[in-house]
Amino acid sequence: MSGTGTGVATGEFSPKLGYGATLLVAGLWMTPFVWMLVAAFNPQSIGAGMASLIPDYVPTLANFREAWASADFPRYGLNTLVITLGILAVQLVTVTLAGYAFARLEFPGRSLFFYLFLLQLMLAPVVLIVPNLTTIATLGLYDSLVGVMAPYFASAFGTFLMRQAFRAIPRELEDAALIDGASVLQRIRLIYLPLAKPSLIAFSIVSVTAHWNEFLWPLMVINSPDLRPLTVGLASFTRGAEGAQAWGVIAAGTLMVSAPLLIAFALFQRAFVNSFVSSGIK
Amino acid sequence: MANAVIHGQVTRDWRPALRRPRRTTVVALALLAPSLIFLALFTYWPVLQVLWQSLHNQIRIGGPQTYVGGGNFAKLAADPAFRKALSNNLIYAFGTVIPSLVLALGFAMALARSSRVNALFRALFFLPVLIPLVAAASIFLFIFLPGVGLLDYHLAKLALSGPNWLGDPDIALYAIMGLTIWKNAGYYMLFFLAGLQAVPADAYEAAILDGAGPWQRLAYITLPYLKPTIGFVMVIGLLNVVTQVDHVFVLTKGGPSDSTNLLLFYVYQQAVESYDAGKAAAGTLVMLALLLAISASSLRTLERSFGERET
Repeated sequence: MSGTGTGVATGEFSPKLGYGATLLVAGLWMTPFVWMLVAAFNPQSIGAGMASLIPDYVPTLANFREAWASADFPRYGLNTLVITLGILAVQLVTVTLAGYAFARLEFPGRSLFFYLFLLQLMLAPVVLIVPNLTTIATLGLYDSLVGVMAPYFASAFGTFLMRQAFRAIPRELEDAALIDGASVLQRIRLIYLPLAKPSLIAFSIVSVTAHWNEFLWPLMVINSPDLRPLTVGLASFTRGAEGAQAWGVIAAGTLMVSAPLLIAFALFQRAFVNSFVSSGIK
Repeated sequence: MANAVIHGQVTRDWRPALRRPRRTTVVALALLAPSLIFLALFTYWPVLQVLWQSLHNQIRIGGPQTYVGGGNFAKLAADPAFRKALSNNLIYAFGTVIPSLVLALGFAMALARSSRVNALFRALFFLPVLIPLVAAASIFLFIFLPGVGLLDYHLAKLALSGPNWLGDPDIALYAIMGLTIWKNAGYYMLFFLAGLQAVPADAYEAAILDGAGPWQRLAYITLPYLKPTIGFVMVIGLLNVVTQVDHVFVLTKGGPSDSTNLLLFYVYQQAVESYDAGKAAAGTLVMLALLLAISASSLRTLERSFGERET
């Protein structure tokens, strides 16, 4: 660990030790993924050989078939897709409108509203799961996908991100449209949104990743097995397969749940990295 | 005459000034309204609800709520499981944030130079960030499996025998911390990579000319330049420590004997398993206070980055 400290940024000077140590740690970092792949395609699922990291077998899809048969992954996947895209769709509207108001309008109480939004950034919604469950039940949304989505429809992070993107757009463009008699919504749609595309994409990636991976809140809201998202489905599937010691099947199930985001990352690496850096509000 | 001019100016300035703000105010509020409705429902209202609930209690199911003052907090403080969760969370915070930070900084410094190989390694370190915490826990369930699991299997080859990683109350929390470090270090690395780009190369050149060794350059150039990034990553790390407990649910459910219980999981248990709304509310308040304290330390940075205070 201390060896990595010598790999000073510019790399002009004696970084070899730190660099070597980092590559070693990278091997360690990859081990869980390597195991998952090796175990998932193993024709066996139980037994002493499951800890091997070298695939000394003819790969089969048997574990995937077994996982597929013992849990309704397609349905969980569909639920997750509905949840993530549903949240994103509503967020894009709320965040754009509020972002524009903060970026371009002068109104009394603007600072107050700013801090009211900031409060959401400070009080992470997941901490409020207990009282929010009561609210969801009161609204009649218990055990529904909308119930899982609702607490995330407003996003302070997204609002502030859009506000910054909108502020960077020259006012003259809007003034020209104003002279042509365009309404506020038309101006946002035709001028601001197209120019703020990078921020929209950055926000979308962060939002989809966060809600794709979310567990505790959907676990509390969803009761019916056929409304479970992937994470909740995987947890209960793992519990069942753990009892049977079916490690190859667990690896296959885990791989299926993790694969969509990993593939998306492989395809759009730069966009992912940029949006994750912006998620850390510097 | 002068009076009339002033008067005329005043009226000319006043009329549009009176009408225009009112219209923009209406427009602004209309644009904020969709967000505010959801913020009110799921951020402000729950906080008020928790405040009220933490001061009240239901004596019997379906009965009226009675005011108990600090009763719930006293109950909470007297609950050994809560005290255990609080101290676990403290150990967990130190034991995950600092190692992840050091590792992330090391990764970033080693991989800062852009090259194809480095880009690949950065991506490798970032992969754990992308999988659900529940999925990571499912993999680590086998890694920590006693006897035939990944860790014990390979330790046995070195003629070593590991402890019962998740079954031993003295070890389990540290095993879980290992998972957390693995999951988060790659995320923090991104911020350090971004931060390192701001360190001017001449600073290093000058230091090298002055005969500064690698450790001196780390201490006197890299770290001072990265100070804001370090503070920022620390805040994100601490927030994660309070808000992410999915792996506890899959791996140990807080056991054995509460040795891996964390605050949020404790609150979840009180609400879902013990149906103790008062204790759950009081526990939630404790967490809210922690979150406020953590993020208040970075409030200045938040304000600056979102421009309510221009710099």
